[in-house]
Amino acid sequence: MYAQLVKSTGKNVQSLEEMSPQERAFQERIDRGEKIEPKEWMPDAYRKNLIRQIGQHAHSEVVGQLPEGNWITRAPTLERKANLLAKVQDEAGHGLYLYCAAETLGVSRDELYEMLHSGKMKYSSIFNYPTLTWADMGAVGWLVDGAAIMNQVPLQRTSFGPYARAMVRICKEESFHQRQGFQIMMVMANGTKEQKRMAQDALNRFWGPALMMFGPSDKDSVHSAQSMAWKIKMNTNDELRQKFVDETVPQAEYLGLKVPDDNLKFNEETEHYEFTQPDWDEFYDVLKGNGPCNHERLETRKKAWDEGAWVRDAMMAHAEKKAARKQAAE
Amino acid sequence: MNALFEFLLRQGDNVLVLGHRTSEWCGTAPALEEDIALANTALDLIGQTKLWLEYAAEVEGEGRSANDLAFLRDAYDFRNVLMLETPNEDYGRTLMRQFLFDAFQVHWLTALTDSKDSRISEIAMKSVKEAQYHLERSRDTIIALGDGTELSNKKMQAALDYLWPYAREIMLVDDVDEAMHKDGIAPLPSEILAPWDALVKSTMRDAYLTIPDSNFVHKGGRTGQRHTEHLGHMLATMQVLQRSYPGATW
Repeated sequence: MYAQLVKSTGKNVQSLEEMSPQERAFQERIDRGEKIEPKEWMPDAYRKNLIRQIGQHAHSEVVGQLPEGNWITRAPTLERKANLLAKVQDEAGHGLYLYCAAETLGVSRDELYEMLHSGKMKYSSIFNYPTLTWADMGAVGWLVDGAAIMNQVPLQRTSFGPYARAMVRICKEESFHQRQGFQIMMVMANGTKEQKRMAQDALNRFWGPALMMFGPSDKDSVHSAQSMAWKIKMNTNDELRQKFVDETVPQAEYLGLKVPDDNLKFNEETEHYEFTQPDWDEFYDVLKGNGPCNHERLETRKKAWDEGAWVRDAMMAHAEKKAARKQAAE
Repeated sequence: MNALFEFLLRQGDNVLVLGHRTSEWCGTAPALEEDIALANTALDLIGQTKLWLEYAAEVEGEGRSANDLAFLRDAYDFRNVLMLETPNEDYGRTLMRQFLFDAFQVHWLTALTDSKDSRISEIAMKSVKEAQYHLERSRDTIIALGDGTELSNKKMQAALDYLWPYAREIMLVDDVDEAMHKDGIAPLPSEILAPWDALVKSTMRDAYLTIPDSNFVHKGGRTGQRHTEHLGHMLATMQVLQRSYPGATW
């Protein structure tokens, strides 16, 4: 998940006949469901697209620690504090696998960080929203991780081997986070009057941004077709959004919370919910850097990176000195 | 005074306060690997807190839970040593604090595995494995950062200079310790001084750092007599939900 509006080559998808023999052989391997491994030949555009997608996903895991870190220090019980710590630890771990997967494509973690810090690469828009009450820790787990899972489960079958394998592990942990988030919501929704209010307020604020996580509607999503042909995107944005709504609405009902959409209704014929599209103007604003927390999130990451420079430099220097001393001793 | 209760609070509050401080780093460490390691350390410490404070609550017998003890006591009822409540400042100080604590904790918990109180020996057995791993990591980091560059050496020396007057509070002895010792529950913390000192000396030598020439020790944390100003702010953050919504379940 967490890759929205990943720019593709912008060209139309070529038919097999239009491709060079090498490209055709590559596409046929993908069509047969074979995995592409790092050292094998791949079209430049496939490589570039994957770097953008995996990089964006990795950055989202890293930046995604921040809205939760905002509540780790205020977690209301020892158990909740431990759960949240375990969760952010998992997320940092996901970031690590994903940066490693991207490295196999020839881009270093430092280069990817540089692109994040300079604004050349994005992270998921969802992390530009603030976490204002403890119920947000529930809503983030339930809705944000829930939406992430919708996208990531199919990506376990994606064509690039290291990415697919990273997804297998990530999905297991994400579904655990989602259950944990739902459980926080359940306690809040069944709690005191104030807690119920916090739970409803969190749903009100996160519903739209969660729907946006799947990216713009298919008709406006110019980059999807090539990514789908390459199997680095497995479903369309609208398919996944619908699946998310269909699964989440009954959960909200179970919690006794109201989904903030007056037009929401179940269509007996299609067996799907009809729902209002999120505010796409807001989505594009957030992507442009005008979300409620864009500035804070990026500044926090940059500050952490800059202030940590002396530590990274020292670690490198120590490793070099150690190696030199060892050599001198031999 | 219930000496065993006091003793258990000291154990629990040390790991609670350090775990909390460590958790403040979330998402802002110098490298992703360090983020993972810090979250992992904090998680271990909060897990240990639960074990100590659950037992403390039972021993007290007033119907309080571990969470009540963590989230509804005020600063003067906390029994952690002062060093652990000092602010993180930077990565160097955070790791130096961790090392100075780990160097004690590994020896201390090892000794507690022989406690006559089986519950304490069980908690110690579980915790010491984690403490050993923390020590390995904090020691390696201190050495790397002390050795690394001129700047990192300077920062680590500053961290050691700042923390040194706090470091040995944990090995002071009072009536609570005497009572625990008498009952075979715990050794005197002062018995850890020699192995602690040896480990700290060898580590600082390998890290090219100079141990300050001072025996002064700040005290008042483990007795609760006089905490630093920092603890109140930490608790204001940590306890906000339990304090704001009394009786709510989370």
